Amino acid sequence: MTIKYTSDHEWLKIEGDIATVGITAHAAEQLGDLVFVELPEPGTTLEKGAEAATVESVKAASEVYCPLDGEITEANEAISSDPALVNSDPTGDGWFFTLKLSNAADADELLDEAAYKALID
Amino acid sequence: MTSESALLKTPLHPLHLELGARMVPFAGYAMPVHYPLGVLKEHLHTRARAGLFDVSHMGQLLVRPKSGTLDDAALALETITPVSVKGLKEGRQRYGLLTNADGGLADDLMIANRGDHFYLVVNAACKAQDMALIEAACGASCMVEAQFDRALLALQGPDAAAVLKDMAPQAAEMRFMDVRSIDLDGINAVVSRSGYTGEDGYEISVAAGDGEKLARRLLSHPAVEAIGLGARDSLRLEAGLCLYGHDIDAETTPVEAGLNWAIQKVRRADGERAGGFPGADVILAQLQDGPERLRVGLAPEGRAPVREGASLYRNETDDKPVGRVTSGGFGPSYGGPVAMGYVPHELSDAGTVLYAEVRGKRLAVRVAALPFVPHSYHR
Repeated sequence: MTIKYTSDHEWLKIEGDIATVGITAHAAEQLGDLVFVELPEPGTTLEKGAEAATVESVKAASEVYCPLDGEITEANEAISSDPALVNSDPTGDGWFFTLKLSNAADADELLDEAAYKALID
Repeated sequence: MTSESALLKTPLHPLHLELGARMVPFAGYAMPVHYPLGVLKEHLHTRARAGLFDVSHMGQLLVRPKSGTLDDAALALETITPVSVKGLKEGRQRYGLLTNADGGLADDLMIANRGDHFYLVVNAACKAQDMALIEAACGASCMVEAQFDRALLALQGPDAAAVLKDMAPQAAEMRFMDVRSIDLDGINAVVSRSGYTGEDGYEISVAAGDGEKLARRLLSHPAVEAIGLGARDSLRLEAGLCLYGHDIDAETTPVEAGLNWAIQKVRRADGERAGGFPGADVILAQLQDGPERLRVGLAPEGRAPVREGASLYRNETDDKPVGRVTSGGFGPSYGGPVAMGYVPHELSDAGTVLYAEVRGKRLAVRVAALPFVPHSYHR
């Protein structure tokens, strides 16, 4: 299992060619209390950088981008019904979706924890 | 783009930083959008207890008649507003509008009769323009004094009266829209029982140098939390109150905006002082015949917020929009998304279902009576 990050403040927990994707604690804090989450349909094929999900706070809407090329295999409906989960547990129960990576090796280009920490400090 | 350093600061700026506010540029000022509590909890706290807002960015000004006769100032102001200023009694405040020649709105404001002068509070972004408008209309008969450096605090929520009563018992005796000079623990304040949240509460004007002291004193009360612009916006939206530049602007008339109640009978056709304000022909005709479009509340049927700028359609397939959302977001007290916008008169009945386009999808929204959350003014 590998943990990777993007400069768009997403985390990926990668096991084989399946990545579980969520937003970082830093991103959740910056967004504030979420009141709405729209998730991608399982089966959707997305390219890296495509809009995968939408999150809304009281004040504004923001996009969550697909971190790598792949196909959505599962969406976390728990955060659709309770968006506050993303704020309370962004790297655990507040995960967004799982992605079957088109090419697992692409993950090597992403940030490791040290690089992500350097980015937000 | 205005650079961070070019932004103006309110007298409470150091306090905002100390409290850990996230500061954003707003109308040329560095303003707190939220504090560590966050928009959602700040909103709910204001409706449950009391919230303290820094609104010092708003423009405060005085209009004082040179003759010493207040009616001279009232009549001068009535040349730029459809409101009855002359009918405003001493110690009372009312909501006002500045109109343009097309019947659109140049700004909305508060007007208070302070006995020997009128005290006005205008929107931050309109300060300079309003000042010029008021000077042009009143300059010959009145001294117009900008007090743009003063601090203005709003204390809003069900506990506001109890909090202020500790400092000045007479504040609790005031009714909604009363205005008084009150000594708050040695601070000279002009206090009105009013606000922009739909809650009971006060707006308190003090000298710049007293702003921080008063804010600290109010925040020391356990019922009071500092509240930022984010919650101010969601609170006023739930209360169905217009935000200038969004729900009302130079293109919208008071009648389209549903602000007929702000135009007293005496200024309407057949009134004693009918018309005589910019755009009176358009506005009085609309009062008579009804407007073609109307501002309405919009309650999205799903959970997704429908925000400002979203087009409104009659159904899921029409190409041509029939209206537009002018404010929208999530209403924490309402418990769901809330919005306001303009729709054709024939589609303005509560219950009418329209479709808002959000991220390429048509979402059902129901025309809803305003406010979304009942007002609790102390009348």
